[in-house]
Amino acid sequence: MAAESKDIDTFDEPLRIGGHEIRSRLILGTGKYIDNETMVEAITASGTDVVTVAVRRVDLDRTKEEGVLYHLDPKKWFLLPNTAGCYTAEEAVRYARLAREAGFSEWVKLEVIGDQETLLPDVEGLLEATRTLVSEGFKVLTYTNEDLITALKLEDAGAAAVMPLASPIGSGLGLLNPYHIRLIKSRLTVPIIVDAGVGTASDACETMEQGVDGILMNTAIAAAKDPVRMALAMKDATRAGRLAYLAGRMPKREQAAPSSPTTGMLD
Amino acid sequence: MSGDDAKITVTINGDEREVPAGLTVRGLLAHLELQEGTVVVEWNREIVRRDRYDDVDVTAGDTIELVHFVGGG
Repeated sequence: MAAESKDIDTFDEPLRIGGHEIRSRLILGTGKYIDNETMVEAITASGTDVVTVAVRRVDLDRTKEEGVLYHLDPKKWFLLPNTAGCYTAEEAVRYARLAREAGFSEWVKLEVIGDQETLLPDVEGLLEATRTLVSEGFKVLTYTNEDLITALKLEDAGAAAVMPLASPIGSGLGLLNPYHIRLIKSRLTVPIIVDAGVGTASDACETMEQGVDGILMNTAIAAAKDPVRMALAMKDATRAGRLAYLAGRMPKREQAAPSSPTTGMLD
Repeated sequence: MSGDDAKITVTINGDEREVPAGLTVRGLLAHLELQEGTVVVEWNREIVRRDRYDDVDVTAGDTIELVHFVGGG
């Protein structure tokens, strides 16, 4: 859509990660959709350029057409494999190598989970896996918590982007710690993409208003009653939040200030 | 693969399976009716590149992982 492109070119610039340009600042997961048709429709509605996928065993006893590639055209969307479900650096590296072998790119969304209940990351594992993968030529986008020191270490380790959480994966609790997200954004040079925890459009908008470079979500759309509508809402909210950040909000004040002239009133 | 129907046991995706003896990785994928290109092969913990499918022989006791992309966040 020409109007859309002009809009972006005029008021924002594309997101740059590891030498790639991405037009939409919204990245979508492809898990948990009720069916593949809804997934594709929602992804299309969201306007995203990048979608995440997981690496899993082929189910040899079932239909041969269950892989996500049967439904998602890799020419249309950039596939970003994740290492979801990995609990050690070694395991995550193994999954990343398998994902790369599928032949789409060197990119990986790195997860090393430290706790089954909260799915919070294991920061030691993240650092170790980031270093290993970077040394093997991967572009690593690391999912992490909202801790500045960890984020700085991940950047030092060569992460192409750092992805702090808004709140735990799949929780829908929204942005719990805007201060720490802003702090991370203010101190790192690589793109900051908030990953996980967004529940609804206002969460996405608020997150982007912190000045981060992008946002990655899955459950908020997949688990909405109407995922396609929610995908549209998230598209608008992400752009609204981004533009509001770039525009620079007015200062807050405790007193009212009239918007209409106080002069020229009738006697 | 005809005649005496020799079989070997290998572990594929965590399950023991009988497959015809004498298969290469390419032959194994065909035997399992898997489309090359959508599947990545790990053979005894080593990734097998597509251009080596004809060079790697599947032998008894091998551990093979066949993975692909599924929906995920």
